[in-house]
Amino acid sequence: MTWVTSPLAALGALVLGLLAATGRVALFAASAVSHILRPPFYARAFLQQLVQIGWLSLPVVGLTALFTGGALALQIYAGGARFSAEEVVPSIVAIGMVRELGPVLGGLMVAARVASSIAAEIATMKVTEQIDALVTLSTQPMKYLTVPRILAATLAMPVLVGVGDAIGIMGGYLVGTTRLDFNPAAYLKNTTDFLEFWDVASGLVKGAVFGFIVALMGCYHGMTSGRGAEGVGAATKAAVVSASVLILAANYLLTEAFFAA
Amino acid sequence: MITFSDVHKSFGANHVLRGVDLHVARGTSMVIIGGSGTGKSVTLKCVLGLVTPDRGTITVDGQSGSRDAFLSRFGMLFQGAALFDSLPVWQNVAFRLLRTHTKADARAIALDKLRRVGLKPEVADLYPSDLSGGMQKRVGLARAIAADPEIIFFDEPTTGLDPIMAGVINDLIREIVSEMGATTITITHDMTSVRTIADHVAMLHAGRIQWTGPIDQLDHSGDAHVDQFIHGRATGPIEAVR
Ligand SMILES: Nc1ncnc2c1ncn2[C@@H]1O[C@H](COP(=O)(O)OP(=O)(O)OP(=O)(O)O)[C@@H](O)[C@H]1O
Ligand SMILES: [Mg+2]
Repeated sequence: MTWVTSPLAALGALVLGLLAATGRVALFAASAVSHILRPPFYARAFLQQLVQIGWLSLPVVGLTALFTGGALALQIYAGGARFSAEEVVPSIVAIGMVRELGPVLGGLMVAARVASSIAAEIATMKVTEQIDALVTLSTQPMKYLTVPRILAATLAMPVLVGVGDAIGIMGGYLVGTTRLDFNPAAYLKNTTDFLEFWDVASGLVKGAVFGFIVALMGCYHGMTSGRGAEGVGAATKAAVVSASVLILAANYLLTEAFFAA
Repeated sequence: MITFSDVHKSFGANHVLRGVDLHVARGTSMVIIGGSGTGKSVTLKCVLGLVTPDRGTITVDGQSGSRDAFLSRFGMLFQGAALFDSLPVWQNVAFRLLRTHTKADARAIALDKLRRVGLKPEVADLYPSDLSGGMQKRVGLARAIAADPEIIFFDEPTTGLDPIMAGVINDLIREIVSEMGATTITITHDMTSVRTIADHVAMLHAGRIQWTGPIDQLDHSGDAHVDQFIHGRATGPIEAVR
């Protein structure tokens, strides 16, 4: 009988483990959000994180958007040529960038860059007892470490997405006008005419959600890190993987909520 | 002032504390000795709530709750110094002061505390990773005493220091108790420290307080464990492999 029950037991344990982890993350998130609203506020730490998470992510997000916009223009041109609809390139590049690729690829790049560094930093602080030391100095780690990071990421990410959108559209424009014989003025007119406010806004909202996810996963895995160098490594890996998967899952749910007919 | 009664703590199958009973009176210096790995650091962390005991109670001033109020008049030196490596030395020392003082005042107090632990003002703007282990330890000590707390825990304050610097630190801790009336618990393996710092000594062994008494009784405790420990004998009731 064990050949029947042991896979079932393993499956059950997996589901229970997943549920328990979800519960722990949800409690952590709720506690973090409640701390955002109550003093003391650490303005300096917040500004530092804004620079770390927002400003210093610009090159990565910008380059990602530039190449993606360019490749998108080539692909849509090739696809459009099959039914003589090459003129859709500017509008589809713009819509694809601002609705999907800007927020998702930007989010994934920030997850790789920021979730990893937050998790490694906080886990190292935990392993070297710096978090314990904070407590003995009457400072709540949740307020001093987690809140500034979550706030900074949630506020900076929409800006990053907006910049990425613009750069991505510019990538499409550069490829369209230099390689695909589009008239520069017509390309721009086509881009702006078909782009609606909600196309852009929905992408920015996605960005805010992804920023929250990135910082939350970095902080959660850092704070719950195991002991030693191995614990720090495991926390970093878990932060990047979980942030990336959650971004993709959240992206689907948000797209469904925003655009499902 | 600090009372442990029947405190138990296990990590999995590792039963570290098995019923610790200890009383530390206000304004006195308690020194805890005991073999490596017997749970001395865990005992201190239980008081702070950094580790939650499985059983038993710890009261401070007769109360067991309200950790925030307790922590506001408390300082601790961690065994591994636990300095914030993203902050320069003086901001580590002045961490608590920066909330209540201006930057210039906090820095001045930090420099004064650094001097008291034998560090020159030049180290103030370095980062912890630029310092030697013994220097980090002393910065940790300066941070612990920076806000003139009433209750201070020192976890191995002199390990990693040269004998002269150890003497300076021992005298400093004694002074903090005698002149400022602080209540302290110090963990140490260094018998010179024990004799300089302690009003009372407690020996932790096998998860319990094996012996406790005033410092002048330490040499006449009549306890074979204590005698073996203070004379550093390899043979005796305490096994060398634990
Ligand atoms: N967070 C923890 N998780 C699991 N085990 C722990 C934890 N903290 C301490 N221990 C275990 O508790 C025991 C006592 O540790 P503790 O650090 O209190 O020793 P100690 O008496 O301070 O020793 P030393 O003199 O070497 O510093 C050790 O066996 C240690 O492995
Ligand atoms: Mg210890």
